Amino acid sequence: MIAKLTIPDFTSTARIDQVGVEERASRFTKRSLKNETKLNGLKLALNMIDLTTLEGKDTEGKIKQLCYKAAHLHDAYPGLPTVAAVCVYPSMVAVAKKALGNSGIKVASVATAFPSGQSTRDVKLRDTKYAISQGADEIDMVISRGKFHQGEYNFVFDEIAAIKEACGTARLKVILETGELGTYDKVRKASDIAMYAGADFIKTSTGKISPAATMPVTLVMLEAIRDFYYKTGKKIAMKPAGGISKAKLALHYLVMLNEVLGEDWMNNEWFRFGASSLANDILMQLEKQRSGVYQSGDYFSVD
Amino acid sequence: MAGVKKNNLRLKFDSSRNLAPAPESKSIANIADRYDLFINGKFEKPSSKKYFDTINPATEEKLSSVAEANNADVNKAVSAARTAYEKVWKKTSAKERAKYIYRIARMIQERARELAVIETLDGGKPIRESRDFDVPTAANHFFYYAGWADKLEYAFPNKNPQPLGVAGQIIPWNFPLLMAAWKIAPALATGNTVVLKPAETTPLTALKLAEIIQEADLPPGVVNIITGAGATGAAIVNHPDINKIAFTGSTDVGKIIQRAVAGSDKKVTLELGGKAANIIFDDAPLDQAVEGVINGIFFNQGHVCCAGSRLFVQESVYKIVLQKLKDRMESLIVGNPMDKNTDVGAINSRQQLEVIHKYLKIGQQEGAEMFQSSCAIPKKGFYCRPTIFTNVAQSNRIAQEEIFGPVLAIQTFRTEDEVIEKANNTPFGLSAGVWTDKGSKIFNMTSKLRAGVIWANTYNKFDPVSPFGGYKESGFGREGGLHGLGAYLKV
Repeated sequence: MIAKLTIPDFTSTARIDQVGVEERASRFTKRSLKNETKLNGLKLALNMIDLTTLEGKDTEGKIKQLCYKAAHLHDAYPGLPTVAAVCVYPSMVAVAKKALGNSGIKVASVATAFPSGQSTRDVKLRDTKYAISQGADEIDMVISRGKFHQGEYNFVFDEIAAIKEACGTARLKVILETGELGTYDKVRKASDIAMYAGADFIKTSTGKISPAATMPVTLVMLEAIRDFYYKTGKKIAMKPAGGISKAKLALHYLVMLNEVLGEDWMNNEWFRFGASSLANDILMQLEKQRSGVYQSGDYFSVD
Repeated sequence: MAGVKKNNLRLKFDSSRNLAPAPESKSIANIADRYDLFINGKFEKPSSKKYFDTINPATEEKLSSVAEANNADVNKAVSAARTAYEKVWKKTSAKERAKYIYRIARMIQERARELAVIETLDGGKPIRESRDFDVPTAANHFFYYAGWADKLEYAFPNKNPQPLGVAGQIIPWNFPLLMAAWKIAPALATGNTVVLKPAETTPLTALKLAEIIQEADLPPGVVNIITGAGATGAAIVNHPDINKIAFTGSTDVGKIIQRAVAGSDKKVTLELGGKAANIIFDDAPLDQAVEGVINGIFFNQGHVCCAGSRLFVQESVYKIVLQKLKDRMESLIVGNPMDKNTDVGAINSRQQLEVIHKYLKIGQQEGAEMFQSSCAIPKKGFYCRPTIFTNVAQSNRIAQEEIFGPVLAIQTFRTEDEVIEKANNTPFGLSAGVWTDKGSKIFNMTSKLRAGVIWANTYNKFDPVSPFGGYKESGFGREGGLHGLGAYLKV
């Protein structure tokens, strides 16, 4: 069904009105989720998490603990899903892969001189190939924001396409680092470039720059995915990352996803949350739904 | 895009509409079994001895009975207003007037939740709208005009502005509390007294406002609120001791009023119907434009005089806009107005629902293609699915006449001149919307479109500071802002 892709002219992508997009994004937060809708939403959000640790001080021990948590979020609550993936630096991929075993949880690795991307294509390709050789199921790359701001869209496009090729069967997440792009118009343009160049996911942020993911930015990207789908028949996945640490906010994102892309996207193949502390807040809410009272943070493991 | 088969691509939105119920509680709404007429600071039994029911259009259940004012009651109300004007209000200092208006604004805020619930129960609009729009905007209007009361000399320098006297005010059922605020706040700020009649299907929030006014200790007779249908309105319009008529409602009734006051020295402002053009150019931010179209026509079930009921889309983006519009319509939640998630509530009355159905039939007979959202609607109560018509011609009745429901007529255009001509080719001229990324185009359009309010890259935005009113059969006079003061003053 997917015919030959025609690459559009990226100098004239769809326009975004800032006031309008922010108003629309805030409207999703007016939805009131109750009872089973809330419960299902919370469990789905857990199942969409890319549990992340991207620190210079990461050690094998830390990664192993994180991987155990990924598979056993809160054993006191039976029937909980696992998270979707753990997200680590390339040097930790092998450790994570081994620790996760056959749990079904994916290993995602950042690559391409994450988080700044300020290196040569050769280094970025080798970084990617290394992560793949260590067993990464997914690669989270960053785009060259400098080149993008210079208007070198072909450079950005070609780089993504080259990394995609290096990924082989691994799924490629393309991080736009929207906090460095400045306007919604540019977020839209970068989304289009990434999708046409072969991204499997488009992702908002590295988590190292503020602001990270916001609802309006994610909305612009979801709308880009929808337009791309109607033009090409190809589904692209979405990953907002950074700044989503509360269950309530995660539910707002799911409402937005459901109303923009519909139920086909409502699973972890097509949507992820890049987050480190979101899981525990969701667990706290789930326990509250079950018992009627909030528990202290000390009842949920910190990993 | 190169030959992609995309006809079979469809997004599915069922799960986004099927949320667990999230109903607002009715318990805060304190509705009496029966309401009398608010005359001279007291609730008085009507001399007609008659009462009529007001129902909840979402369930068709009776909410309360309200008094029907006859000529004698109107006389009583007008003479109370006259006495209050001559003996008290005219002599009250502007600063004191401002204090009362400010107090009313504060009390509306304090009772916001109750007012929102009652507005939704009585009128059928979604609680999200009464809570987030109607009630706060009504309070804002009182706050705004409270500020003007002692600054009239600055608003009209060297003109020695003086009040008119007694104002007769008749308001519609689409924004019952907000319209009462639009009418009462500037009248009080300028030193007039008021006889106000809310619409017969939605009298409850105006009567609640009467309670607030009573509690605020406004001098008796300064505001009188009497209920009734067309005959009561006619008695107000024809009353010889009224100095000013302010009416918001249908163009038909507006014409009757205009005839009735001809030859008298009554001042009049009329805010009547509309058939606004919402215009999308090919360089517009399309997703936000589509959202604006949704807000333009489905806000308050389309019961909005300035609703964007005609959509003009430039041909080169027509298909993509239509696709986006249909997807967005599929994610609208239609149903119980008291549910916090409802986007489109109940049609205000059976009578109005019949009018809308009549136009749906006319549109199909005229050869337009109808598309409705696939959502389920409740069996009881008055509901209409969000509806759009494509393949519409300028000569179709659905493109010419005001439907006052969630029904949009879509046409395409090629050039700027063409769309200006078509947009102006209507007996109405209340509002319009322009969607483009190009500033110069916005200025060209706004100077050539004959409409009282033009929104650029947004729609249905209201603020007390901004004047509102129409051209041609949409009426005359302006409400809101500094202009709204002028309508209640001799200058």
